[in-house]
Amino acid sequence: MTTNLIDIQNSDVIMATSNMAENHPVGFQWVMKAKERGAKLIHVDPRFTRTSAAADIHVPLRSGTNIVFFGGLMNYAMDKDLYFKEYVVHYTNASFLIDPAFKTPTDLGGLFTGFDEAKQTYDRSSWKYQLDGEGNPKRDLTLKDPNSVFQLLKRHYSRYTLDMVEKVCGIPKAKFEEVAKLYCGTSGPDKTGAITYALNLTQHTNGVENIRSLCMLQLLLGNVGRPGGGVVALRGHANVQGATDLEVLYHELPGYLAMPLRDVHPDLKTYLDKETPKGGFWTNKPKFMVSLLKAFYGDAATKDNEFGYQWLPKRAKADAYSHQHMFVDMYNGVIKGFLADGQNPAVGGPNAKLARSAMQRLDWLVVVDIFLTETAEVWKAPGTNPKDVKTEVFFLPAAPAAEKDGSLTNTMRVIQWHERAVKPPGDVRSDADFFCILAHRLKKMYAGSKKDRDKGFLAANFKYGEKPDEPEMVEVLKEINGFATEEIKDKDGKVTYKKGQALNTFAHLTDDGATASGCWIYTGVTVEGADGKLVNKAASRKPADAKDYLGHGWGFAWPANRRIIYNRASADLQGKPWSEKKKLLWWDPEAPGNAPDKKGKWVGLDVPDFNAFLAPDAKGGDMPFIMRTDLVGAFFGPLVDGPFPEHYEPIESPTRNLLSKQQNNPVAKIWKVPDQKNDLAPLGSSEYPYVITTYRLTEHHLSGVMSRYLPMLAELFDSHFAEISHELAKELSIANGEMITVASPRGKIHVKAMVTHRLKPFVVNGKTVHQIGVPWHWGYNGIEGLPGSKGDITNDLSATVGDPTVYIQETKAFLCNVKKGVV
Amino acid sequence: MSLSRRDFLKVGSATAAGVAVTGRGVDLAPVEAAATSLKIKEAKAFAGVCPYCAVGCGQLIYAKDGKIIDIEGNPDTPHTQGRLCPKGAATIELSNNPLRPTKALYRAAGSDKWEEKPLEWMYDEIAKRYYETREKHFIEREKDKDGKEITVNRLEAIASLGSACIDNEECYLLTKLNRTLGIVYHEHQARV
Repeated sequence: MTTNLIDIQNSDVIMATSNMAENHPVGFQWVMKAKERGAKLIHVDPRFTRTSAAADIHVPLRSGTNIVFFGGLMNYAMDKDLYFKEYVVHYTNASFLIDPAFKTPTDLGGLFTGFDEAKQTYDRSSWKYQLDGEGNPKRDLTLKDPNSVFQLLKRHYSRYTLDMVEKVCGIPKAKFEEVAKLYCGTSGPDKTGAITYALNLTQHTNGVENIRSLCMLQLLLGNVGRPGGGVVALRGHANVQGATDLEVLYHELPGYLAMPLRDVHPDLKTYLDKETPKGGFWTNKPKFMVSLLKAFYGDAATKDNEFGYQWLPKRAKADAYSHQHMFVDMYNGVIKGFLADGQNPAVGGPNAKLARSAMQRLDWLVVVDIFLTETAEVWKAPGTNPKDVKTEVFFLPAAPAAEKDGSLTNTMRVIQWHERAVKPPGDVRSDADFFCILAHRLKKMYAGSKKDRDKGFLAANFKYGEKPDEPEMVEVLKEINGFATEEIKDKDGKVTYKKGQALNTFAHLTDDGATASGCWIYTGVTVEGADGKLVNKAASRKPADAKDYLGHGWGFAWPANRRIIYNRASADLQGKPWSEKKKLLWWDPEAPGNAPDKKGKWVGLDVPDFNAFLAPDAKGGDMPFIMRTDLVGAFFGPLVDGPFPEHYEPIESPTRNLLSKQQNNPVAKIWKVPDQKNDLAPLGSSEYPYVITTYRLTEHHLSGVMSRYLPMLAELFDSHFAEISHELAKELSIANGEMITVASPRGKIHVKAMVTHRLKPFVVNGKTVHQIGVPWHWGYNGIEGLPGSKGDITNDLSATVGDPTVYIQETKAFLCNVKKGVV
Repeated sequence: MSLSRRDFLKVGSATAAGVAVTGRGVDLAPVEAAATSLKIKEAKAFAGVCPYCAVGCGQLIYAKDGKIIDIEGNPDTPHTQGRLCPKGAATIELSNNPLRPTKALYRAAGSDKWEEKPLEWMYDEIAKRYYETREKHFIEREKDKDGKEITVNRLEAIASLGSACIDNEECYLLTKLNRTLGIVYHEHQARV
């Protein structure tokens, strides 16, 4: 997230698009605090939830139509001149001119320029800026040029009218207009608005474009980098942010560096040439990459061997190895052995039936978890004869956070250390112990190898502290932070770092091998104190106070302890706060500068997200988005499925696309799986007429591993259920509490019907469309004697289809049927 | 590095805030404070972080004689003010729970039951599976799109999934282990 939960209290309008009150209840207190100050809360959700109960306006929208909603708001803001003009002109690429060959779906029947029907991909060569003689993008600060991003944007969203929003999303025109007036009112120097999102936006075949449309609305209203503004990404797991930063993900290396591709990155030089942009902070990428290689391979990584670059695996192609690829490939026999560590794909992933069938074909499976999950007991899955499952399964009991030292990065990017309060019982070990023990045993087995391919692994260190099999976590954090691999001197010959000393900032990383860092964005989390001892800033516990409402002394936020990123945008071009009410950082021309004879510094309530001594009138001093090559926020941002978000219907939808003849995202990923394991319902299917969305509950946690085995939580729901409207219940003669069958082309589940007024049918293009909601916390394991702790697996209904940029599945909008009774 | 004992009145007032949120009509703060004070009298407090969602509520974990006896919200936490939701308030049952397996278990191919095994045996056997699978299926060199043979050092036959439920340091060790072994199916919950 760009901002901080605490700062939501400064918002004038909060638009929650997720169910924050139930899924992030403790964070929701800041929304309530803002409301006490007079702020308004809009809740956009197909269901009426506890978030809606606290809202001033609840806006039900049909699942899968978010881009029409955000596009409609952008259209309203541009049409009524409600956008923040100065911010848009100077801090975004609205004024940049685009290649005249580029055309949008307005002209091309739902497609952008360059679509290749046969390959199902875009040729993106026209999706670019016009450049001047020096190679800089051409701009028109009046925003009037028809090829300017602003005019293209305006034309693109001119189709997203109030009528269109009503027809596609099912939101009555008057209600949408009320929302548009209220939220677009957060534009300008005195006002800000924040938008929250979670998996409601991500789990779609246009998930990334959904989030882009939210971000673009925020840029248009000048709501990024300012107090009370921002993009509030609400993550679901305690360390989903950290696991992403440390890149437990197929496509990247720690710190958001690309995972090498065979056909693009044959050697380190080519990798750095291709991956390092010409402008912005990423020009430092070679320092981050070389330091990472030094952290992985230690002294064996030298200039002469490309710092060990060739030891890294190279991906065969970009369209491979993601979660969904994994289970399709496992089913097809490519994968033989599998480690499931703290994740339960038998329940928690899309098309869970396929995932279980795939795991039952493995040679071996290792599960590391706190409880015996459905994944560990996949050989006991309903309908399975254990004799037929030839998979060997190893289960290692794992320790929860309270039984180990370590850090977790929360949704605000704050790294917080936790301490081991007790030793884990019996044979329970931490995951870290297991990884190091496995590494040490494998190293013994490879000890005699002279093969090049084993040298990298043999060079990698897995000893942290005195006891090899019980690694010291603070030593691991120090490697992530970074340290000097040799003595480092400044230009005057003065020693700045001793060998082995922790680095203070990523600004000190180098590309010559003198520094190692496992994840450059975390640098600064451990530093050496005046006494020479390591200071772990993740463990700092200074409360917030009136002088520091953002709580900079509590934990350490990456990067560089900034609590609101892009915060240069909180001041105007001259470096003054846009208004007294919304001040965060400002340029103080009289403050001591970075040299004895210089004056001027950015000061205020946060750590500047840019060079603190760069004057507003210096080159780049008025450009807040430092991680982008052109230093401005992007309305025009070429993803694989288009530079502007365009609405397409979910892969399974009850209606044709009213915006264009292009029904679905033309480059969405749809896997073909043998044995009818991924059949899809056709458009307007009479067999599967209802929209289904999946969701979570306050009392349960994700796939249920950390809630269904805890009596305190498992007792709170009497059974698995589906929420259906009174209108649908009446049509199907279903009574509240009765058992029903929910079916999709992939599978079916039996659950109790919760007949409720919280869901209402939508009117979509003049026709009634029913939508149901089903939580997904249940599985076939749980507490014996407590039937409500077990239930059918909701994800047996969902499909193996994905967003083309990140391959996330579409579990928030697909089709189902509902039948009375167990059929 | 462990925390000093909280001033129990402060803990009491934080508890009172929790009471107000859940809508109970009577202010039980003094009673609860006294009870809390007794319960944790001889205990040592440790800094905790809630392991459920990503709000990351600060917790105080009270342990005595090697056993956790209480987990509650840390009132100093700037972004939570000491509050916990129902899941956070149940954290203690992740540790103190009779349903929790504390032995390593093995299930042989085609078997219908688990067998308890010593950890050492498990580690050896798992390492063997990794080694054998890697040796059999490793792809060292491969032709690129232009037909030129290059080093790829890739292992596709072993996949790794998880986790957003483990610590940063653990994530880093897992990434380092998988990547240095050549593993490319390397994913966690952020993808789904």
